[in-house]
Amino acid sequence: MLPMDHVVGLSAILFALGVLGVATRRNLIAMLMSIELMLNAVNLALVAFNRIWSQVDGAAALDGQVFVLMVISVAAAEVAVGLGILLSMFRNRDSVDIEEVSLLRW
Amino acid sequence: MTVEATLFYGFAILAVVSALGMLLNFRNTVASAMSLVVTMVSLAGIYVLLEAYLVAAIQVMVYGGAIVVLFLFVVMLLNLSTDEFPRGRRRLAKLALVVAGVALLAQALVALGRSPLLSAPVAAVPEGFGGYRALGIALYTDFVLLVEMASLLLLAAIVGALILAKRKID
Repeated sequence: MLPMDHVVGLSAILFALGVLGVATRRNLIAMLMSIELMLNAVNLALVAFNRIWSQVDGAAALDGQVFVLMVISVAAAEVAVGLGILLSMFRNRDSVDIEEVSLLRW
Repeated sequence: MTVEATLFYGFAILAVVSALGMLLNFRNTVASAMSLVVTMVSLAGIYVLLEAYLVAAIQVMVYGGAIVVLFLFVVMLLNLSTDEFPRGRRRLAKLALVVAGVALLAQALVALGRSPLLSAPVAAVPEGFGGYRALGIALYTDFVLLVEMASLLLLAAIVGALILAKRKID
């Protein structure tokens, strides 16, 4: 049996690392990778909580794992659209530095 | 310490170290993406230890395979190489974000340490937990609407990515 508090703690650490990545990197592709890291941290927490509440009245309860599959499909959609945005940004600005894209900044 | 717990700590250290490697690799984006693969695969190992077998397999296939390959494809297509640490006027704002992130983590860890639920022993899993059969039945009975919504979302993402990446829309 795994120490569940440490599993959820690992998820919190990975999430914080993802936040730091989004905060410090200027390269859009690295920011997207950090967002993936945050989504993975959430997935780990969902799987861990599903392991804690693994049954309802003797039958297997898999709600957490179903949610993980949904998060993975949302992540795939997000990466596809994010990389499409990145490609068109590179085509227009010749750079993936987010500091260069300031049209909507006040 | 049991074998499972030892394996868990090994995977956990590997995941955190490779996540740090992804963050701190400012020079080389390809190395960053390779570190991300290591994080994903060690998380898949932890999913196996948590008896979520199908999720572990999908994690390796979708994250370790498809998503990171997509990242590498774009990195190599655009020939991206360097990324410097933020300088100048935005530096203070980013430093504040880093402090906020560390504070958030510290608070979360303290709250987790106090939780009686997480330190309680966990019951054994029922028969077939986490396998393709149980998960497939759950997906196509209780959560069938969610599956349809996911397929609609993926379709919309395909169309959106095509339009964004196309040079000229005709």
